[in-house]
Parts: sequence; structure tokens; C-alpha cells
Amino acid sequence: MLEIKNLHAELEEDSDVKILRGVDLKVGAGEVHAIMGPNGSGKSTLSYVLSGRDGYEVTEGSATLEGHDLLDMEPEERAAAGLFLAFQYPVEIPGVGNMTFMRTALNAQRKARGQEELSAGDFLKIVRAKAKDLQIDADMLKRPVNTGFSGGEKKRNEILQMALLEPKMCVLDETDSGLDVDAMKLVSDGVNALRDAGRGFLVITHYQRLLNHIKPDVVHIMSEGRIIRTGGPELALEVEEQGYGHILEAV
Amino acid sequence: MAALDTTADVREGVDRETVETVRSMSGTYKHGWETDIEMEFAPKGLNEDIIRLISDKNGEPEWMLEWRLDAYRRWLTMEEPDWALLEIPPIPYQEQYYYAKPASMTEKPKSLDDVDPKLLETYEKLGIPLKEQMLLAGVEGAEVSNDRKVAVDAVFDSVSLGTTFKDELAKAGVIFCSISEAVQKYPELVKKYLGSVVPQNDNFFAALNSAVFSDGSFVYVPAGVRCPMELSTYFRINAENTGQFERTLIIAEKGAHVSYLEGCTAPKRDTHQLHAAVVEIVVLEDAEVKYSTVQNWYPGDEDGVGGIYNFVTKRADCREARAKVMWTQVETGSAITWKYPSCILRGDDTQGEFYSIAITNNHQQADTGTKMIHLGKNSKSRIVSKGISAGFAQNTYRGLVTMHPKATNSRNYTQCDSLLIGDRCGAHTVPYIEVKNASSRVEHEATTSKVDDDQLFYCRSRGMDEEEAVALVVNGFCREVLQELPMEFAMEAQALVAISLEGSVG
Ligand SMILES: Nc1ncnc2c1ncn2[C@@H]1O[C@H](COP(=O)(O)OP(=O)(O)O)[C@@H](O)[C@H]1O
Ligand SMILES: [Mg+2]
Repeated sequence: MLEIKNLHAELEEDSDVKILRGVDLKVGAGEVHAIMGPNGSGKSTLSYVLSGRDGYEVTEGSATLEGHDLLDMEPEERAAAGLFLAFQYPVEIPGVGNMTFMRTALNAQRKARGQEELSAGDFLKIVRAKAKDLQIDADMLKRPVNTGFSGGEKKRNEILQMALLEPKMCVLDETDSGLDVDAMKLVSDGVNALRDAGRGFLVITHYQRLLNHIKPDVVHIMSEGRIIRTGGPELALEVEEQGYGHILEAV
Repeated sequence: MAALDTTADVREGVDRETVETVRSMSGTYKHGWETDIEMEFAPKGLNEDIIRLISDKNGEPEWMLEWRLDAYRRWLTMEEPDWALLEIPPIPYQEQYYYAKPASMTEKPKSLDDVDPKLLETYEKLGIPLKEQMLLAGVEGAEVSNDRKVAVDAVFDSVSLGTTFKDELAKAGVIFCSISEAVQKYPELVKKYLGSVVPQNDNFFAALNSAVFSDGSFVYVPAGVRCPMELSTYFRINAENTGQFERTLIIAEKGAHVSYLEGCTAPKRDTHQLHAAVVEIVVLEDAEVKYSTVQNWYPGDEDGVGGIYNFVTKRADCREARAKVMWTQVETGSAITWKYPSCILRGDDTQGEFYSIAITNNHQQADTGTKMIHLGKNSKSRIVSKGISAGFAQNTYRGLVTMHPKATNSRNYTQCDSLLIGDRCGAHTVPYIEVKNASSRVEHEATTSKVDDDQLFYCRSRGMDEEEAVALVVNGFCREVLQELPMEFAMEAQALVAISLEGSVG
């Protein structure tokens, strides 16, 4: 599904700031991988470089989705190809109704794939059903995108978009941060409901607790722009009990 | 008096690549084609003989001709205003036509059915329904029931082709016809109100209009009548080197209600054309008038070649108690826009509202805003202005709020937001505030921001292309104004916001 090889990236405006220094990672269809690591290790940057945000220069390496070169595509082409990023900090867009935003996005992707656009009525049915599972009420669907949403509402809204767009490869950047226990359960249930044999997940998190709800197949530890250790779910428990310190030392 | 000027300096903002990408998507003005038709012109230039000729062509009574000549003589003594933040090249007043009419209109057709099919096709192509069973284009049929009718007055260059729904409106007592028809059929009303809100010598362009005005619309809603449908006028400039000088007069008697829409387009030409309109609205006791404009005159090309010069005087007089007027404008076209739809809040407890979206792209310039003149007690006004500037464009909000000594306990709220796309355009806010009594209150809020790269990336990461993302974000920015438009225009305006930003974010 997702294959990252020796990926190097630096800041576009300051090539001295080298953030990714050779990331290797392979997520197969149906697999859930977690990336853990201390603050500033490059986790968010990896998610941005994959989804095509401006400001980073890839100097070496490759990233492909089902064999297609991601780095060669515009952000919207990556989305249409099936990549989805749940943002660490979802962006507010004042004045644009949440529903309008999602419908525009879904229809843009459908158009890019040569599918027919959904009518307002059909879209409404789909979005209502998916919103219900995430306990997102009609009011939240009408309000402007993320504007005035609480932290938890923003994260649930990201998962709603993911459920709606049905991507092949989902990257979740600290979707657990700022969530209370109930919200964490809702979000995790939302993610788990989407797990299937054709879909890959890359779950970026700082804490182990999310991984109690979304059980990963593989856990990676990232530090200073590299994956420094890879293991099974037990690696997350090791981090939880002993912190990153001893893992970093061991390398 | 307080004036405040916020000019965007060169900042990072939207990154170069965004700018280039959006620039490369060719800007396309959708109504730039022309109708090939035989026209009848008055000779080029302006003098008393031309005015006599216009008056004669319209079959006007003597008093109307005298009124025009009086205006013309005043105009000769006046100068173009130069206080706006606009660079106005010299306008060759003697090098253009002041009257142009399709030859087929010489013999005035009895009804729209008798109008030259070529002219009717023009409006069909523009999406304007001249058949009564049709609705305005851009309205999704399924969502609109049949009772959302819109009566149309179609003005082509200097003449009105005709108006729809005349009979149905007449049953309600509403008069809706071209101003030239009104001069003949309802001279007493025209005499009483014409120039009573915008006097002949109000300003240079109003004086010019008073001298040479051709067609425009006349609306009279009698006391207590709620106009049974939306009224609209659609202006089309077609002839080359021809000015358009429409004149509109709306009168809402005691307790009357009416909503009026105005739209306009012109072909793509590499020469400039002058449009100097005057709109006067008289609102009497407890009456309400809602006036909406979608201005989409040809804006010129991406190098600033061609485009309409749009100098417009619009004013409403809330003459009696509790009269209410609401201006909504979406200004996307024209090379130069100079326009300040204003409210005179003369009666006690009167209300004036002004909602505006002004989009300038490429080399367009707009200096637009409003005046709220509070004369009556407890009068209220509200101003919401959204200026969007892209390319090399300059966009100025200019507003005046005055609270006269007798306008006690009056209120104004003003909100001006400017959005910049790219780093070579400018946004300016120039609010003048005069408060001459102690019990009135004026509130002013202003913001200037850049289109946010994070917002654009968020949209794109969800699958929208850059153009769609910009359109969505800008539509969001304009939402408070868009939602004030009648449904018939809201969709068109939303699409127009996207179209007018095509071809250059930067
Ligand atoms: N746009 C940027 N400007 C400056 N520094 C940046 C930028 N993006 C990332 N960095 C730096 O790169 C490093 C990795 O950041 P990030 O990817 O956000 O880490 P994580 O998500 O693992 O906390 C940090 O040192 C951060 O300061
Ligand atoms: Mg991060």
C-alpha cells in the first residue's frame, strides 16, 4: 500500500534544517502501523510531506501509494489517489459550512476518478448516517468548518471526513491529543469501523493509550527524522513504562 | 472625522507557486461575446443637439427636455471628482456615442413577442428569462417552486426591450416599466420624484446622467401593497464606443414592500466604455425596499486592457417614519468602480443597511462603500463590507456615517473586512465618522487578512484543486453578504465569486 524509502526532507526556506533523514516504512493493505516518538522527531513533517504541503523540500528517497509516485502529485491528486491525513491541528475555515466543505471535497475526488458527482440529497443521506456513529449532530454539520469547534469536535470531524472519503491509506496525526476518555473511545470506534483488508493506517501518537483502542500490527519509534526501532504492540508498552529515554540510548 | 488607511505591504502570504498556478488558469469572462445586429446611433459626442435628439427619440414632453438641458448646462461647469483612490485615465467625452439602439426597435414592438429574435436570444444566452414561465438561470429548478417569479426589464444599450409580467403586476397595482415609458404614461409621478433624491447637480457623473440618461426602470408600489414577485432589470451593453446611462426610479408608498434585483454584463472589448447610472429610491412611511445588484460588467483583460468604467450614484431616501432600505451589492466586474449606494435616514426609526462584496482582480480598481446620513431619531444603520483584492488590483472601502444633532439615539454598526490574494494588490479602508449628538453610537470594526495557505492546503488535501479551494475560502469570507441576496441571485453570485478570481491569485 504505502512504501517509503530513504526519505529525506528539509525546510524549503532553510536547507540547514534537515527534518527527515532517511525514513523507511512499508504499510501493507489491511495493516495498522503506529509511529511513536518524542516531540520534534519529525512525525508531523512526515505526514505533511506525504500529503504534499508546501514548505518542505524532498532531497532524497521516494514515497509511493500502490506503486504510484506520491511525491510527483499535487495534494489533491494524492487525495484522489486515496491518501488521507487527519490533521494534528484541523484548520478553521470561517463562513464555509462543514457540509458544503465535505460535499465539495467528495465530489472533487469523485470527479477526479471519473465518477458521477453526488446530488445534495444523496450526499445528505450518507453524511447523516456517518455523522450519527461519531455523535456529530446536525448543528455541527451546518456550522463553518472547524470554526469554534472544541478540540474533541475537531478530531471527530476529521474522522467523519475520513469515513466519508473512504481513503485507501489513512494517516492520523495525534488524533488522540486533547481528547477525553469518551471522545477517545468515539474516535477509536470510528477508526476501527473503517479497518478492513483493503485499507492501511499509519497512526501517529505520542502516547500509548490510543493504541489500547486502536490495536496496531506494527509499532515504529521515530527519532531525529528516522525510524530507529520497529516492533510489535509490545514496543508501545515498553515506551509507556520506560519512556523514550532508554530506547534512544540503546540505538 | 477619522480616516484609516490599511495598505498591504509585501509579505509572504500565498506562496509563489500558488500564485503562478492560479495565474496560469486562464481567466474567463463568461459574457464577453457580442450580438451582431444593426444599430442606430446618435452622432458621436455631446452637445445640446444630441440631448434634444435623445429626448426626441424617447418622445419626451417639453419639461423632460428642459430638465435634461438644465442638467447638461450644470455638468459643463463641473469637474470629475478626484478624491477617490482611483487612477482614472482621461475619458474622451466627445469621442463616444450617447445613444445606441437596435434598428429593429425604432418602431417600438407592442410586446416582447414582437422583439427581434436575435435580441431575445441574447438574453436567453445570458440566462435571463424573458418568457414568463421561465425562471432565472442558475437556480436549481427542483428546489424552486413556481411561485418564485421574477419580472424582468431587459435593457439593451440605450433602450428597454420590454418588461415581463406586466398584467400580473398591474393587477396588484404595481407599475414596472422602463423609465421612458413612465415619462409618457406617468408624468406626474416622474415629475414629482425624479431628481428628488439625487439632484441633477449632485456630482459630475449624476449631472451627466441627468442630461443624457437613456432607459432604466421605473417602479411604483402603491400604499399597502406587497409586490407579488421580485422585480429585476438586466442591463446589457453591446454597442462599441457607447456609453450607458441608465436611470432607475423606485417609489414605495406608505407600507409598500418590494425587492428589486439588477444585473449587468458587456462584451469583451479592448477599449473602455463608460457607464454612469443613477438610481433613486423613495421610501415612505413603514415601506421597505430591498435593492440587490450583481455587477458583472466586463472587467478588462489580465493586462488591464479594456473594461467598463462604472461611475454610479445610488441613493435611497427613507423619507418618513419607519421606512427601511437595504442595499446588497456584489461588484465583480468593471475596470473602475466608483459607487456609494447611500441611505438618507430622514424619518424617525428609519433603517438603512448596506451589504457589499467587491472583488478586484488583475488591474481592476474599486472605490466603493456607502453613506449613512442619520437625520431622524432612533435611526439605525448597518454596514458589512467584504473587499477581495487579487493580482495588481486596488480595492478601497470608503464610507461615511453622520449622526446629525436631531438624530438622537441612533446607531450605526460598520464591519469592513479585506482579503488579499498575493502580494501585489492593495486594500484600503477609509471610514469617515461624524457624530453631532451625544446619545448616538457608532461602532466600526475593520480587518485585513491574507488568504491563508493552511486553509488552501486543508481543502486541497481533501481533494479540491487550487482554484476550487480559493473559491470556497473566498465564498466563506463573503458569506454574511451572500446570504442577504435573494435566492435568485445567491447562486449566480457564488459562482461569480469563483469566476472572477480565476486566472490570477496574486
Ligand atoms: N515549518 C517549519 N519551520 C521551522 N521548523 C520546522 C517546521 N516544520 C517542522 N520544523 C521542525 O522540524 C522538527 C520536526 O517537527 P515535527 O515534524 O512537527 O515533529 P513532531 O510531529 O514529531 O513533533 C522540529 O524541530 C520542528 O521545529
Ligand atoms: Mg506533530
